[in-house]
Amino acid sequence: MKLSAEAVDSSLVVRLCESRLDAAIAIEFKDRMREMLAYPSPHVVLDMAEVGFLDSSGLGALVAVMKSLSPGRQLELRGLSANVERVFRLTRMDSVFTISADVPRDGLRDVG
Amino acid sequence: MACVMWAEQMSLPKNRSAPQQGRCTGVFQSVFPAEQHAVRKVLHAVMARFAPHISEGEAGALELLLAELMNNIVEHGYAPGRVGSISLSILCDGRGLSCSLIDDGKPLPSRCLHPPGLPDTAVAAESLPEGGFGWFLIHDLARDLRYRREDGQNLLDFRLPLGAPEG
Repeated sequence: MKLSAEAVDSSLVVRLCESRLDAAIAIEFKDRMREMLAYPSPHVVLDMAEVGFLDSSGLGALVAVMKSLSPGRQLELRGLSANVERVFRLTRMDSVFTISADVPRDGLRDVG
Repeated sequence: MACVMWAEQMSLPKNRSAPQQGRCTGVFQSVFPAEQHAVRKVLHAVMARFAPHISEGEAGALELLLAELMNNIVEHGYAPGRVGSISLSILCDGRGLSCSLIDDGKPLPSRCLHPPGLPDTAVAAESLPEGGFGWFLIHDLARDLRYRREDGQNLLDFRLPLGAPEG
């Protein structure tokens, strides 16, 4: 599983370089994110622009990652595709996560 | 930082032409090991077969439904250490997709057949649920979900209508 990270000002920006966040990688994703979160930035951005598919196991892993943050640290999700965003909406988890509307920098997206 | 090298592997077919409702016909059938990577492979094959003929929203719903149901079989259907099999058939008749899943694992608990409420999200962050979304999504997206146990096998079928307004 590929994750990359960079520090930008007071933010840790983690990019998930996978086309799917699903049952096959959910546990590994949680473990790898916990390693990444050892970097002590108050603000964490998870860039999901590459992710075209999220299932309930992937969603559960994201909840676990958010819960593992110490108080005062904030997780923001960025670059959600329409397919991924719908899973958040159907499960009402869009009201729990901070989801930014930024479009991906490098992605030409399908319209319609 | 670039992700390009890994991103294309399992993604939906790109640059496909606009969906042409009514052109979706035919059958998909596969029998495969009840194992997560085999589930990924079969989902990829299903998407390659049907996504060009249905809308993006319908394709997303189909993939999510099948993923939830098949991963449930992988995770709960068979005793630890036993790799069983899953049989998937999909028939598209232009108005909808009729899907059927068969496995010979443990019987499906009857509680799974009743639409569950959503886990409570109006709680403190540390109490947020990490599970319980799968069957909610299944009941939300599937129509005519039916289950029966026959000759030691689980038979589950459902329908995904096509051409309905998307929400």
